[in-house]
Amino acid sequence: MSMLGFNLLNGATFAALLFVVGSGFTLIFGLMRIVNLAHGALYLLGGYVAFSVAMKTGSFALGIACAAGAVAIAGLLIDVVLLRFVRGNDLRQVLLTVGVALVLNDAMLVIWGGDTFTVPVPQWLQGPVQFLGMTYPVYRLFVLGVGVAIFLGLWLLLNKTRLGALIRAGVDDAEMVEAMGVNIRRVFIYTLMLGTALAGIGGALGGAFLSLYPTADAEILVFSLAVVIIGGRGSLAGAAVGALLVAMLATFGQVWFPELAYFVIFGPMAVLLAFRPLGLFGRAT
Amino acid sequence: MNKLHKVSKHHIWTAIVLAALALLPFAISGYQTSLATQMLIFAALAMSIDILAGYAGRTPLGHGAIFGVATYVLLYYVTTAGGSLWGGIALGILAAVGTAVVFGALAIRTSGVYFLLLTLALGMIVWGVSLRWTSVTGGENGIRGTVKPEWLASHVNLYYFTLAITSLMALAMWRFVNSPFGLTLKGIRESETRMKALGYNVPLHVFIGFVVSGFFAGMAGILYAFYNSFVSPSTVELRQSVAGLLMAIVGGIGTLFGSLIGSIVIITLENLVSLYTERWSMVLGLMFIFTMIFAPEGLVGKARQLMARRQARLSGAATLSAAATQGAATSPSTAGRDKGGGH
Repeated sequence: MSMLGFNLLNGATFAALLFVVGSGFTLIFGLMRIVNLAHGALYLLGGYVAFSVAMKTGSFALGIACAAGAVAIAGLLIDVVLLRFVRGNDLRQVLLTVGVALVLNDAMLVIWGGDTFTVPVPQWLQGPVQFLGMTYPVYRLFVLGVGVAIFLGLWLLLNKTRLGALIRAGVDDAEMVEAMGVNIRRVFIYTLMLGTALAGIGGALGGAFLSLYPTADAEILVFSLAVVIIGGRGSLAGAAVGALLVAMLATFGQVWFPELAYFVIFGPMAVLLAFRPLGLFGRAT
Repeated sequence: MNKLHKVSKHHIWTAIVLAALALLPFAISGYQTSLATQMLIFAALAMSIDILAGYAGRTPLGHGAIFGVATYVLLYYVTTAGGSLWGGIALGILAAVGTAVVFGALAIRTSGVYFLLLTLALGMIVWGVSLRWTSVTGGENGIRGTVKPEWLASHVNLYYFTLAITSLMALAMWRFVNSPFGLTLKGIRESETRMKALGYNVPLHVFIGFVVSGFFAGMAGILYAFYNSFVSPSTVELRQSVAGLLMAIVGGIGTLFGSLIGSIVIITLENLVSLYTERWSMVLGLMFIFTMIFAPEGLVGKARQLMARRQARLSGAATLSAAATQGAATSPSTAGRDKGGGH
């Protein structure tokens, strides 16, 4: 029983991380129609930045903040310097971000090398905690808390603010929003920076319990893709449900079929796609 | 009359290229012959990608996985399980086709970016499995073993063998894309809704196209097992699918034989770059970025476009606009095609 509870908690905390990363991915995809395949690389960049800053300053919070800032700027640069040339052309945009992912990944290999790093966390987040008759790492509970907080924050942003209303309108019909006199480009930029910053925060959070290594970007990208494919483009609820589903499958898959864990997230995805090619919350445009 | 002229011109070009490829080992070193073998294998992979990207209008990013599955199965069957070579080849191709059936069945209902995403995710699952399923795949260490028969041991023999097989594959693929079925695929690329209205079963056509493409990718994977005698997760990783797609794009999407040019360019560059730096991944990424920005219609298409523009400049402004519109019409921008049909 306590084993099941332990695994459920593992699944939930992993889901929180996947939600943080996946919600950024789905926001950008939903609004800007950009499938940012460099999202995994940006996650890893965030992790490395957080690691370096936390090692230098000893502050985990500062590490997270710097990761979010640095990655948001990286996202902005990708958009302003590169994506501007292929605007309005979905496929060229995606393929261009593939190139960005390769370049970023290799550049990080140059800077941080091939070793495995773990972002250092402060004292109060270390060690286990006792509750409900289980011993569980405090840090993972912290990630769960952050995931829930980010979900609430994004929900409030999207549903209660003017920017959120513009983003939601833009997901449905960007041209119409522009025709109403809104500078949709600015909304795009904000969303892009928000989405990539989420990848950076995810990297900082994940870097402390999944550790950072050169292929971590590809692994997190597969999970983010699965989250968005299951949840549907541009949907916050979809990202949450998708993250929960993927994380639980991955966690229990790891326990039951350690070598084929990857395969386990594939089965339900296949069944889902057979019925809803656009994902649970996806809508045709 | 005009058509006849065109066909014979094509034949002459094909004959010249084939003759040059056949004479190549006499002119270059053993190492270079081995590189040429690699180019042929990847040209075949890029052509199989072009069937989907160029003719069916659906850009896949998971073909490295289909290709690598055949390599894995052949090497595992012969080296680890101690099976026969022919059995391994048959099983390898079967595994690739099976993978393509699964990928295709899941992906055909989508198009454009969604298709790309799905094939990417599916391909990465194969990568993840190859990395984690260590008892079968050997994990990071991969599977090593010589599977090619004794008489293919020399560079030159393997080259001629590969040339023969890839030529046959190229011919088969050329026949396929120019068959009535291939024309239907082109129709789907141009306008999915119109083909649907004409009564064509669009998903079924795309599915068959996918499986045929997977079959050829698997054949290329078998040749790769002969050539490389080694397979590891890096054979099925995203970079492989990306490189294959880039070759098809550089050679010109929808030109099939352009893939050979793409493969020659990319592999030559890879080897030149590796002489000076270990950062091949970065160079490949930069090439991808620059190709997407400056020459999405490929080197061949770009050259043609530039020539048309020059000609137009020479013959005056009146024809300029005509040539420009023609250039725009003939340069197959990858995405324009994928935009047709709802996501």
